[in-house]
Amino acid sequence: MKKITIDPLTRVEGHGKVTIHLDDAGDVKEARLHIIEFRGFERFILGRPFWEVPVIVQRLCGICPVSHHLAAAKAMDRIVGGEQLTPTAEKMRRLMHYGQIFQSHALHFFHLSSPDLLFGTDGSAASAFAAPREQRHVLAVAKSFPELGRQGILMRKFGQEVIQATAGKKIHGTGAIPGGVNRNLSVEARDHLRKDADQMIRWSKKAVAVARDFTMDHLLEIATFGAFDSNHLSLVRPRDGALELYDGVLRAIDKDGKTLVDGLEDQRYLEALSEEVRPWTYMKFPFLKTLGPQHGWYRVGPLARLNTCRFVPSPEAEAARIEFQAVTHQKPNNVTMAYHWARMIELLHAGEVIRDLLDDADLQGEDLVTQGPRREEAVGIIEAPRGTLIHHYRVDRNDQVTMCNLIVSTTHNNEPMNQAIMRVAQDTLAKKPEITEGLLNGIEVAVRAYDPCLSCATHAMGKMPLQVQVVDAHGAVAAERIRSHELDAP
Amino acid sequence: MKHIEFTIDGKTMTAKPGQTILKAAEAHGVYIPHLCAYKDLIPHGSCRVCSVRCNGRIQAACVQTVSEGMIVENDTPEIHEFRKAILDMLFVEGNHFCMFCEKSGQCELQALAYRFGITAPQFPLLEPERELDMSHPDVYLDHNRCILCGRCVRVSQDLDNKNCFQFVGRGHRKRLKVNGEALAETDLRVTDAVVASCPVGALMKKRVGYAIPIGERHFDQQPIGHAIEEKNS
Repeated sequence: MKKITIDPLTRVEGHGKVTIHLDDAGDVKEARLHIIEFRGFERFILGRPFWEVPVIVQRLCGICPVSHHLAAAKAMDRIVGGEQLTPTAEKMRRLMHYGQIFQSHALHFFHLSSPDLLFGTDGSAASAFAAPREQRHVLAVAKSFPELGRQGILMRKFGQEVIQATAGKKIHGTGAIPGGVNRNLSVEARDHLRKDADQMIRWSKKAVAVARDFTMDHLLEIATFGAFDSNHLSLVRPRDGALELYDGVLRAIDKDGKTLVDGLEDQRYLEALSEEVRPWTYMKFPFLKTLGPQHGWYRVGPLARLNTCRFVPSPEAEAARIEFQAVTHQKPNNVTMAYHWARMIELLHAGEVIRDLLDDADLQGEDLVTQGPRREEAVGIIEAPRGTLIHHYRVDRNDQVTMCNLIVSTTHNNEPMNQAIMRVAQDTLAKKPEITEGLLNGIEVAVRAYDPCLSCATHAMGKMPLQVQVVDAHGAVAAERIRSHELDAP
Repeated sequence: MKHIEFTIDGKTMTAKPGQTILKAAEAHGVYIPHLCAYKDLIPHGSCRVCSVRCNGRIQAACVQTVSEGMIVENDTPEIHEFRKAILDMLFVEGNHFCMFCEKSGQCELQALAYRFGITAPQFPLLEPERELDMSHPDVYLDHNRCILCGRCVRVSQDLDNKNCFQFVGRGHRKRLKVNGEALAETDLRVTDAVVASCPVGALMKKRVGYAIPIGERHFDQQPIGHAIEEKNS
């Protein structure tokens, strides 16, 4: 079996190496995205006071720290018996979270992916939806599409300002505390955000249109590019199955939309999910227990969420979802590149939720914290920008953390990313163990669609280069290529 | 009462007999950075952050009393660098992670670092292994953040009339210990004055955490020393 390795993978958050394994006939048998760093958050928070955890764990990431902050805070709510948050606390956290979704989705789409969608669509095999190297950054977008580039930057800024107003800082704030929040929303902050909220929704609709047009214009190429059938998992709103990103119940469906898990309370996630360890990576492989590790893996994130939810509870985004679903005739969408469109529909939804929340007087309430009987174990699950995020803790009578398990979004998407790489490799290699520019680009574009945060997934530190190796049936490296930076020569 | 005349950085001031340089300076709106000095406790002179050049010699302003005609150098580049080095040593010999410490924004050591423009350590981090004592139901002691200023030792004795804390060892082996195997064995109560006396995040009330929002914490409002310097402006 031959193996192809791609390293480094750029414009993803983290550090990656890819190996492509060939069988005796020279066909692609398997692809592996290796995560070779280890950070060990689950270990080093052991012994720390539980109220420190929501602030410590957000240091996992500078892109979506709010997700870790809130997932941990939700778990700690239960530890202090305060999971029935006051309306002010619940809405402040929700505002913080949707601000986070808004800024992260804007960052991914405009700063990381839009060069591929805007410049990489000449249809040539070598491009594989990848922009020419010199244009692979947001500044190139700003130059060629000044209005769009400007909007992308300002949309991210708006999301960051929502976070600042609720958490005290744009990155690594302290808004959520066990049982509630430490502030309400000042009238000044509300008015400052409210004056831009409608503009953000208008720009979000434009972003949805860009992603939609890209998808519809390249429907045939996209339908097969890194595409594969999978199960899908996310939180949904308990009573009606609506899209819900802050607090809900777990729902999983298969590739055709058949329900696999429904209404599962977050505290009972272990009844449905398990994790497999493989020796070549620090990233685990979660799966649905009923289907086992081989068939039980699933996608998470924007695409999965639009597949699992019954509707989006905001009018503009719901209209966009209906259009999105019409393409697959109301069946789940299993196309990797459809993540971009789905992500922009969520961006629009986040904009609508933020606007509606800002009009809610509960945000200026004074009742911030609630408590009840203590518990020793708790789970907090949230839909982070990249997908389902699970935090699970045990806390002893001295208030010290004795167990921590984190299953982050990119970990759920581990097998899907391997599948996407395998499909790209199968389509590109054609029995020649040669790592072409087209293969490198294809792998990067496919992985980037999942918006992976590899630093979170292994709780790893540092920037992530990409190395690709082709390994033959006997384990020998047949080809290797290393890319240290996207602007470097190959 | 006869007043004593002296100068700080060339400016003539008066002090009461027996008054320390630190107290006399504060009375005139001159802030001398300090850590171990605390309210009306008998001064300790252990942290040396308040070091000034006094008649040509380095002295701790919190213990040195003013004498007639004394020349004190406080706000000079030399003293600034001297204090900065002391603060830096306090950081590197412990495990101070401001980014997630719940004392952040309320911490006197952090506030002094900001005042002195310390953004990164100039000495190698020692990264010692220190204990966290969570045994007490309402208060915890994180030795990682202890700077051995001795405030807790003195406040427990002098203000609370207890003896919950003591130093053991000497030199670089000096450590803060509690009167018993762990904090839970002492007669410490959460209402004791000592609980609020720690300048850093070592002795902390439990389950308070990050209750004060960023922007409203003590040193978010004004830099350390501001309240004293305001008198002078």
